[in-house]
Amino acid sequence: MAEKTSIHGDLRLSNITKSYGDFTAVNDLSLTIPEGSFFALLGPSGCGKTTTLRMVAGLEEPTRGTISLGNTDITFTKPYQRPINTVFQNYALFPHLTIFENIAFGLRRRGIKDVKEQVDKALELVELSHLAGRKPTQLSGGQQQRIALARAIVNRPALLLLDEPLGALDLKLRRQMQIELKWIQKEVGLTFVHVTHDQEEAMTMADTIAVMNEGEIEQLGSPADLYDNPKTAFVANFLGQSNLIKGTISGNDGDNHIVDLFGQKISLAKNRSHAVDNSIYAGIRPEKFRISRLSTPTSGNLLSGGKIEDVSYIGVSTQYQVLMPWGQELMVFEQNDDAVAPFSVGEDVNISWESGFTFALRGDEDAEAGMEVEPEEIIEDDE
Amino acid sequence: MRKVSRWFQRNLIRIYAVVAFTYLLIPVAYTIAFSFNNGGKSNLIWKGFTLDNWMNPCGAPEVCTALGNSIKIGFLATLFSTILGTMIAFAIGRHKFRGRSTTNLLIFLPMATPEIVLGASLLSLFLTLKINPGFWPTVIAHVMFCISFVVVTVKARIASLDPRLEQAAMDLYANEVETFRRVTLPLVAPGIAGAALLAFSLSFDDFIITNFNSGTMTTFPKFVYVSAARGIPPQANVIGSSMFIIALVIVILGQVVGRKRAVK
Repeated sequence: MAEKTSIHGDLRLSNITKSYGDFTAVNDLSLTIPEGSFFALLGPSGCGKTTTLRMVAGLEEPTRGTISLGNTDITFTKPYQRPINTVFQNYALFPHLTIFENIAFGLRRRGIKDVKEQVDKALELVELSHLAGRKPTQLSGGQQQRIALARAIVNRPALLLLDEPLGALDLKLRRQMQIELKWIQKEVGLTFVHVTHDQEEAMTMADTIAVMNEGEIEQLGSPADLYDNPKTAFVANFLGQSNLIKGTISGNDGDNHIVDLFGQKISLAKNRSHAVDNSIYAGIRPEKFRISRLSTPTSGNLLSGGKIEDVSYIGVSTQYQVLMPWGQELMVFEQNDDAVAPFSVGEDVNISWESGFTFALRGDEDAEAGMEVEPEEIIEDDE
Repeated sequence: MRKVSRWFQRNLIRIYAVVAFTYLLIPVAYTIAFSFNNGGKSNLIWKGFTLDNWMNPCGAPEVCTALGNSIKIGFLATLFSTILGTMIAFAIGRHKFRGRSTTNLLIFLPMATPEIVLGASLLSLFLTLKINPGFWPTVIAHVMFCISFVVVTVKARIASLDPRLEQAAMDLYANEVETFRRVTLPLVAPGIAGAALLAFSLSFDDFIITNFNSGTMTTFPKFVYVSAARGIPPQANVIGSSMFIIALVIVILGQVVGRKRAVK
């Protein structure tokens, strides 16, 4: 197997489809994950992300398509023939072996005799050297998580797969592990592929995120790309929150479209429009909006006729619901950093924003796609 | 009056426990007590304390031959039924194949069939095949009814095994054989050990099926049954008590080792 572990390079999925009877878990998915990157597959439960990961690990075979690592086709090779290791969702530590033997497991199977030095190093990396002699059940969730990571990393795989690795941890520990994982990835320089339903987790850690929905990739890009310029309503709603306002492109002004939103004209950069015709949804993130009293001058795009419906003060910001003349409630997050007194319910206001923040989606989209998806804690149902 | 009823209410569960345990353990206590009885051949009335029976457990004629037969049969039946039963349990628990649910049902049948019927039909089967009752037919009969219990016990253990552990082993460069040897088998082992102990005690204890198929060979239960007509010798109590004590020691050892491991 020694020559197998020397396989490395970019991971390439080409036209991968996985069906279970009539159900298609993954549909014609193509994806290249560059060597050395921290890549996240993000999506709601049942979107096919875990199935994709399992195919890469070799635990499932694709119905169609090929998977290759560097120049080697690994589509149908066994899991133990791939230089790929997985950190499983519930860690899957071997309960009958000590922590030391858990970590040494992969090294021993590859016929390495002197494992002590490498195992000790891996334990040091996750700062749990003192637990080498314990059994997994005697460790806390966070400790088990790190051991699972050490058990995978010690093998120096070409690719490390992380299947919702932080799902079982509480919020504070999760934050801490997110930072630690990212640090470890930089430290060891391996390619990490991270599957999660938690958009914040994906944005914190990954260089590149692929947002998946119903077995397909909705959009791929850096966290900032995806957030600032989402291509679909699903991405706009799944990654953070968005205000999507129905509108029509009514004219041109240089590099900008003039868009009619229920009778009010705004401007939209042409290169930020993903619409195919004149019917669009104009999208603006809630923190990009500014609320102002009717007398206050504004710059950029302006929507007038708003009325404050609801105010929630949450410390770093205040969240407003503003009812517009066409009956839609817009969400606005205002930083509590200026002298403007908080607005109160019932006040008549204008909403404005820098026109460069506007993005546009196809007008025939479901504006609520990706919205109702609540993060689920435990197991993916597409296993 | 009120005080009494309140005391009663508070201690109801304790009282119930004492009554239940007394009911369960009186026969065992009786057996052990009468193993020290200086009762001679018939051990029915308490005639005085002696250690003679314990010093000379083979004192009664045939008792140790019978015991030896029972142990041999028990050992062989345990060995074969555990191996076969474990294999069946893995097949049913881990693989999907045609006839799996039928196999599941058929495995239950020997447990549900009255022993007397099983014993009688086995005897007629052996006679039809011109095999004389004796040691090996008894072993075969015991393997047959032990298998079901082994399958059920081991299958339960396999069902509780997280399949991700085996996937993790495969992911960590263990091929199918190594995965089975290093992960699956060690994790299922307690179930297999439990099944083996169960098989041995079932075989050792069996009277009805054995009586039909053993011919002139005596086993320990047969010996006790036959001598019951004349009075069971105290040596039988000695052997019975020893079995009980050995079983108890095994259970206690298991608990202690388990607890030590958990603490470490």
